[in-house]
Amino acid sequence: MATVPKSNGARSESAWRGFTGGAWQTRVNLRDFIQRNYTPYEGDGSFLQGPTERTKGMWQKLKPLFAKEREKGILDVSQVPSSILAHAPGYIDKANEIIVGLQTEAPLKRAIMPFGGWRVVAASLESYGYKPDAALGEIFTKYRKTHNDGVFDAYTPEIRKARSSGIVTGLPDAYGRGRIIGDYRRVALYGVDFLLEDKAREKRELDDRHSTEEVIRLREELSEQLRSLKELKEMASRYGHDISAPAANAREAVQWTYFGYLAAIKQQNGAAMSAGRLSTFWDIYFERDLNEGTLTEAQAQEIVDDLVIKWRIVRFLRAPEYNELFSGDPVWVTEVVGGMGEDGRTLVTKSAFRMLQTLNNLGAAPEPNITVFWSPRLPVGFKNFAIKASIDTSAIQYESDDLMRPKWGDDCAIACCVSAMRVGKQMQFFGARVNLAKTLLYALNGGRDEVTGEQIGPMLAPITAEVLDYDEVLGRLDPMLDWLAKTYVNALNVIHYMHDKYCYEAVEMALHDRDVLRTMACGIAGLSHTADSLSAIKYAKVRPVRDARGLMVDFKVEGEYPYYGNNEDDADDIAKLLVSKMMGKIREYPTYRDAVHTQSVLTITSNVVYGKKTGTTPDGRKKGEAFAPGANPSNGRDSHGALAALLSVAKIPYDDAEDGISLTLSVVPTALGTEAERLARGCGALDAYFSSGGFHVNINVLNRETLADAMKHPDKYPQLTVRVSGYAVNFVKLTKEQQLDVMNRTFHGSM
Amino acid sequence: MNKSLVGSRYELHVAREGAAESKVLHDYLAVYPGDEEEAGEKDVVGFVHSYEVGTTVDGPGIRFVAFLTGCPLRCKFCHNPDTWHKHNGHPVPVSRAMRQIGKYANVLKMSGGVTLSGGDPMVQKAFVTQVFRRCKALGLHTAMETAGRLGDRFSDQELQDIDLEILDIKGGDPATFQEVCGHPLKPTLEFAQRLAALGRPAWIRFVLVPGLTDGHDNVEKLADLVAPLKNVERVEILRFHQMGRDKWHKLRIPYGLESFEPPSAELTERVREQFRSRGLTVY
Repeated sequence: MATVPKSNGARSESAWRGFTGGAWQTRVNLRDFIQRNYTPYEGDGSFLQGPTERTKGMWQKLKPLFAKEREKGILDVSQVPSSILAHAPGYIDKANEIIVGLQTEAPLKRAIMPFGGWRVVAASLESYGYKPDAALGEIFTKYRKTHNDGVFDAYTPEIRKARSSGIVTGLPDAYGRGRIIGDYRRVALYGVDFLLEDKAREKRELDDRHSTEEVIRLREELSEQLRSLKELKEMASRYGHDISAPAANAREAVQWTYFGYLAAIKQQNGAAMSAGRLSTFWDIYFERDLNEGTLTEAQAQEIVDDLVIKWRIVRFLRAPEYNELFSGDPVWVTEVVGGMGEDGRTLVTKSAFRMLQTLNNLGAAPEPNITVFWSPRLPVGFKNFAIKASIDTSAIQYESDDLMRPKWGDDCAIACCVSAMRVGKQMQFFGARVNLAKTLLYALNGGRDEVTGEQIGPMLAPITAEVLDYDEVLGRLDPMLDWLAKTYVNALNVIHYMHDKYCYEAVEMALHDRDVLRTMACGIAGLSHTADSLSAIKYAKVRPVRDARGLMVDFKVEGEYPYYGNNEDDADDIAKLLVSKMMGKIREYPTYRDAVHTQSVLTITSNVVYGKKTGTTPDGRKKGEAFAPGANPSNGRDSHGALAALLSVAKIPYDDAEDGISLTLSVVPTALGTEAERLARGCGALDAYFSSGGFHVNINVLNRETLADAMKHPDKYPQLTVRVSGYAVNFVKLTKEQQLDVMNRTFHGSM
Repeated sequence: MNKSLVGSRYELHVAREGAAESKVLHDYLAVYPGDEEEAGEKDVVGFVHSYEVGTTVDGPGIRFVAFLTGCPLRCKFCHNPDTWHKHNGHPVPVSRAMRQIGKYANVLKMSGGVTLSGGDPMVQKAFVTQVFRRCKALGLHTAMETAGRLGDRFSDQELQDIDLEILDIKGGDPATFQEVCGHPLKPTLEFAQRLAALGRPAWIRFVLVPGLTDGHDNVEKLADLVAPLKNVERVEILRFHQMGRDKWHKLRIPYGLESFEPPSAELTERVREQFRSRGLTVY
């Protein structure tokens, strides 16, 4: 039983002064600490403060660096292989920083992480004009095997073929898997010494267990975890902070937490390095300091602002293929705010407001990926504040608290965009996503790739009919999905076995319980096109056009058919069927470490990459055209408005897509009505969507600036709803460019 | 579903009726008796251009909006010329309309309601009154977007089922009004005054088209007419836009406002002020 280490006794007592005690004092239990000590806040944002001069100065210091970075692609690189202690302390402006800690010794300077794979590091360096260090190259090709090497040693020919054809791509076999959220709060609440003792206890408990493979691996992992905790302490001390004991005030709480996160991003470059659900925890310290009179609101906000600046400068060195898949340098520092507790109190605190306030104080930005857990029961003050932030910045995504809480509890957070898990007790084996639309084409083409003509999937009897028959097509789709699921889970098992072996996330896992739930997070892309294609086959007449190789490369559709996205069961049921079918197939294949099978309907920007590799589909999507993102209806196929589209997506069963269902909506705000009315409408829309079973929505509210961007790149604004009162849009299909051009002139001055 | 509405049904209709005139333009501009007739009471079939759910610009909250076809007016700035003729719409019995609305009823009850627009829904009075009656039975808020030309068709009783009248008055100067839409101001004005007498909540809309309706006098007169109406909750100034232009082109109707621009922020404010100065709430 871990106790406050004797050496830290007095410090810890003082650090925990005034806190309501409980189970959390003797065992690591963040939820217990939070539930007993947090202060729900039901008011509005009027208490918030703007940015201090110091904050403005700090952000200004970075602006020229950002500009240079944009110009060059990356600002600078360090060829010292990254680890918790590899780099000397770095600062933006040492005298003025409140929260300290950089990944390397200079802001925006990126590190290499060769344990994931040397080839990738070399390719990344070369793409930016740097010469890879030869000595390092030797080490990581001759003396130390990498994750990437291991994976390709164990991949089967079938997996390799599936990868190259584009039916299964984007897998984390050449980049960090991410999707692990260390419970960084533990560092602040307990201090590292307590955690070391607790980990040591967890490891001791294994001494008497018989040494099976599983136990041996676990022992080794715990040793790595212990090592990394010591490195974490050392790293902090180099920055002038002794984190052996718990944080004693709000600034320390935020700083200690950030040190935990910093250690993680020094050790790993996972695609998603999410932050967790930190603001409610920090608020306990803010409240205490404010009550003790040692902190003002302006200072509290300043601490949060400074932390967010740190989050906004997290950078990883990536290869060109990676940038194609995940464009825009995303980190997914996802921070969850809001939600309701299991006991019915809201988990909204003043710090939830402070986190949103950073969007005002520092301007909008994609990081951190602020995620509001929405429930119709949230306090109105917070709901309005969030909607207003959406209208002003479009930088917030919303997820259903009521869908997640029963599965994952009220201390869960989001990894990346939509993937929920209980913090500190669960981790995900990230599996990217498979190309469902191409799978349908494989089913139609007897397993042959429609672009290359190669036999990739199982050889099935070709369909010779002139008009596609729904039942016949479903009959072919089934074994194709089977094969896909088998190949996919096989690939993921190999990847995660090797990642554990060669590129273990020691410090992140050190901030977890020893025995965590693991999920195998699979995914599907191209849902809308597959559903609409099947709808066409079912309700209309689809005649395939075959090329000289006998492959169906085009389709002639006669008659009408319902599209997914209009709240019509005829089409929506097909989308549901596909999700459930695929989930059923995946569940049949055993996973590495007995991970629980889950899947997401999420593509991020891989909808473009996948579309490029996929031929023409029966729904009218042309070869090479991007897929609709995530679970979005296909572009232009939703003809009955935003709510109809939302309700279609809300029908997708979360039980068969527990890794998340993603929807992006773009709206042009109306100039009509008071601000209060606009906010009420926004709240009403979200209440409606989430009460109807919706899981997630990312809202882009266009303003004058983004309108200009949308005119140039309408594809970046999916499900764009351009509405003018009384205007019936169904008849004319103005191109988006045209509509936006008109909107721009019409709304000039009033947005 | 996604049928094209360009001309086809209309041409069939003309052929059946044996219309003497063959010029498409003239026929399209005219108002046919068929567009005004009433149907029987049982599961009335309405004619609908389209519907949209989730709009926030056609009444309070989030709304289910159905655009009905048929309109007696021929406004020069119309952005829905494809709704002028009732028979250009899809036939939809009341029962089917209610099935669609029913899918959203729970959500609409939380914040919003049902709006019938068009065209001018007053053309299909039997359909409209049945739908509104059934919406009220479901506990939904109801609104109607209309120009009020055919207000006489509705009894006081029937108006009780419409929670909000969104009345589009084309202008205050009778001559300008006639020029803009081809009809006199008087019937619309009388309807507005009747709504006031009955205490029916109303929003007044005015479409601001620089070079056509923006005359100071035209707006002043309208503001004077609206100011004494105690039932008017707000006035909305709708700024002219050109998103309807392509529809006129597709229907091959000469569009008189080809190069007209949306009103500037200054002009819009001037017009808003004209209403505001009389104590009205203006957006």
